[in-house]
Amino acid sequence: MGLPLMMERSSDNNNNNVVELSRVAVSDTHGEDSPYFAGWKAYDENPYDETHNPSGVIQMGLAENQVSFDLLETYLEKKNPEGSMWGSKGAPGFRENALFQDYHGLKTFRQAMASFMEQIRGGKARFDPDRIVLTAGATAANELLTFILADPNDALLVPTPYYPGFDRDLRWRTGVKIVPIHCDSSNHFQITPEALESAYQTARDANIRVRGVLITNPSNPLGATVQKKVLEDLLDFCVRKNIHLVSDEIYSGSVFHASEFTSVAEIVENIDDVSVKERVHIVYSLSKDLGLPGFRVGTIYSYNDHVVRTARRMSSFTLVSSQTQHMLASMLSDVEFTEKYIRINRERLRTRYETIVEGLKKAGIECLKGNAGLFCWMNLGFLLEKKTKEGELQLWDVILKELKLNISPGSSCHCSEFGWFRVCFANMSENTLEIALKRIHEFMDRRRRF
Amino acid sequence: MVLLSRKATCNSHGQDSSYFLGWEEYEKNPYDVIKNPQGIIQMGLAENQLCFDLLESWLEQNQDAACFKQDGQSIFRELALFQDYHGLSSFKNALADFMSENRGNRVSFDSNNLVLTAGATSANETLMFCLADPGDAFLIPTPYYPGFDRDLKWRTGVEIVPIQCSSTNGFQITKLALEEAYEQAKKLDLNVKGILITNPSNPLGTTTTRTELNILFDFISKHKNIHLVSDEIYSGTVFNSSEFVSVMEILKNNKLENTDVFNRVHIVYSLSKDLGLPGFRVGAIYSNDKDVISAATKMSSFGLVSSQTQYLLSSLLSDKKFTKNYLRENQNRLKNRQRKLVSGLEAIGIKCLDESNAGLFCWVDMRHLLGSKTFDAEMDLWKKIVYQVKLNISPGSSCHCVEPGWFRVCFANMSEETLKLALKRLKKFVDDETSKRSCQKSESQRLKGSRKKKITNISNWVFRLSFQDREADER
Repeated sequence: MGLPLMMERSSDNNNNNVVELSRVAVSDTHGEDSPYFAGWKAYDENPYDETHNPSGVIQMGLAENQVSFDLLETYLEKKNPEGSMWGSKGAPGFRENALFQDYHGLKTFRQAMASFMEQIRGGKARFDPDRIVLTAGATAANELLTFILADPNDALLVPTPYYPGFDRDLRWRTGVKIVPIHCDSSNHFQITPEALESAYQTARDANIRVRGVLITNPSNPLGATVQKKVLEDLLDFCVRKNIHLVSDEIYSGSVFHASEFTSVAEIVENIDDVSVKERVHIVYSLSKDLGLPGFRVGTIYSYNDHVVRTARRMSSFTLVSSQTQHMLASMLSDVEFTEKYIRINRERLRTRYETIVEGLKKAGIECLKGNAGLFCWMNLGFLLEKKTKEGELQLWDVILKELKLNISPGSSCHCSEFGWFRVCFANMSENTLEIALKRIHEFMDRRRRF
Repeated sequence: MVLLSRKATCNSHGQDSSYFLGWEEYEKNPYDVIKNPQGIIQMGLAENQLCFDLLESWLEQNQDAACFKQDGQSIFRELALFQDYHGLSSFKNALADFMSENRGNRVSFDSNNLVLTAGATSANETLMFCLADPGDAFLIPTPYYPGFDRDLKWRTGVEIVPIQCSSTNGFQITKLALEEAYEQAKKLDLNVKGILITNPSNPLGTTTTRTELNILFDFISKHKNIHLVSDEIYSGTVFNSSEFVSVMEILKNNKLENTDVFNRVHIVYSLSKDLGLPGFRVGAIYSNDKDVISAATKMSSFGLVSSQTQYLLSSLLSDKKFTKNYLRENQNRLKNRQRKLVSGLEAIGIKCLDESNAGLFCWVDMRHLLGSKTFDAEMDLWKKIVYQVKLNISPGSSCHCVEPGWFRVCFANMSEETLKLALKRLKKFVDDETSKRSCQKSESQRLKGSRKKKITNISNWVFRLSFQDREADER
């Protein structure tokens, strides 16, 4: 699936089959022509399988959470057949559910989401179900917020390295730009006030109007939470510049130790000043914490009434299936279940993380100190012949072709330092992870012998 | 105060229109046969509630489909992880087949040319993003679905230029009207990128005729940069399938496969009307243009269909015995229900549009009940119908109709008893109005010269902002 060649404007006498599409349709801002999609292709053509294809490509570029499915399956099987079936006989709740297309969303489901988000934050922040706007995934939520907070040619400041999908989600159809806030390893890639000012100035120098800062907390690809002090500085910055602060907290439930996560909701909880609160917006989703990306459940939580109202109306373009809302409403409002799920999920992810970090350490490879997420941020800078993007992509290609591991190069995340790679660990079995680590060990051994 | 974008602060979401205000009144005082028999009957909602029993019995016999099971095995994980924007192929195949069945298998659909979206609302917007730039225009025949003002224009920046249709020929599209719209766009310095029709039409409740389709195809053959989008979401509600001519049929019958026209015709579909499942958010774009499919597929990331729902419906629509029976039953029940409304209205001296043969609503002629041939009078009449008669119907002005006095009245979202009650209330109103008129006539003859003309102030009433948002996903 490539991009078509740029289409020329055809005159009325044109007889060939070329027809004009919009500028948006022919642009490449969807980002799918980037080199690292080749990794996907290699995996699709030769996917690892424990039994049938043990020497295939292991997919470590996919931030999926597969470690806790058993908990969901057991719950749905035993406790919640009605959630799937609309009642026991003759599906009595079916028609009402099938007809329900209210963009306010199912009240029981919003209440369940609010309660779930509170639990993840250990009750340190309250969530009002009426401020929850549902969207078909966080992809939709981020785009929608961008439409609401910024005009075409305005900019959002985003700290690097960041999730490659933002290039499409925040920019493609909205016409909004991303101006990077450069972070580096000298301080574990944390956002500094200097970096913030510098990014803001860069935008101003180019005559671009900055409308907000968008962070991911915990960070993708770093796999680390944003420190409380940094959040407070960020909010101060946004107040001073009179811009918005969007916090994408889709990995909040995957923090290994709950106490280490500070949500921007906590910061705002103790603020009464509306002019401060009303610039803060949170994005959440069930794709990572619950491992349900296929069900398309995302949400925008805003402290700004106008944003909530507008987002709700705009969500018409991206509503969550009422069938899915209905099923998840009962599961997520079962507080006993969700507490157990959140706890066990954190433990399992932590164990996985420790396994991979230990394994890499034994091979002589260091990772950024992480405490969350479905991936680790691995430093292979010392293996690069040249610390350039090309050097990094060369190494990436070797890892893909020789080790048959598909991992994500830092350059695809706009990292300003070369040699870093994001490696996912939660989308495979423990055995597969061991195999991947074994391949890395052998690779490093071979290198040492030379 | 921190600022929002222009899109957030403008009114293009369209929710201040009268169309949505009727909703609000209904929500405050909704009819219920037991709890609120004096309440407002909702006749402004194009929902299909006539065949739920068929769906429910299918579900009863096929529980695996809703419980993430396939051949007795759980496929929960696979579905939970499935977020591929190409969609579940079993679902797309079943949907393509269903679309063919809807057209009497006179044409076939290739599932590779299908893009799934979260409802037709999303499909229409996505197509605009793909086919037009901000400031470009699409020509749309009036009257049209009020939601288009939001769906096609709000975030895309695309303009709508109306193709004015009138009752002189049953609101059909004429060559003259089409060309006038095109000229109007040029005068406004707008680049026309396409024409969008709804076939069968909302709000007319009629299928687009071959004559009209030929006019449209002639036009886009001549203007090689203009697309034709056919929103065919009501295709399964045509009372006699043979009367429905899809744009796909024209392409096939006129042997246009190897011409550039082939790539410029696109269809929008959804299961919200034919199957009565608006909550499940299942829409689709169908196009023969690979680039449109490619761009639209990527854009569908912003509104994918839940894999849980795709799986359930792939099971349902693959059951050919079910779909054959459903399509036939659905058509029959809709036809019978429509007849009841039409004949009930006729008995009150109210006519519906001739030749209406589809949809979940009738396009009703109440011009003779207007105080004057003005939209003010239409608003007056509408207010009376909502507040006094307690029926929420949709005024033609909200659909951009150029002639005052037409109303869209839905019939498939209620029981037969409720429909009878609605007709009863309307009859009383018309009888009262008629006798009032004859009294007034003699009165006015007496008081000629001292009559004050009542002027209704529309602006305050129609344009006041809803303080309680109402959901707007109504066709």
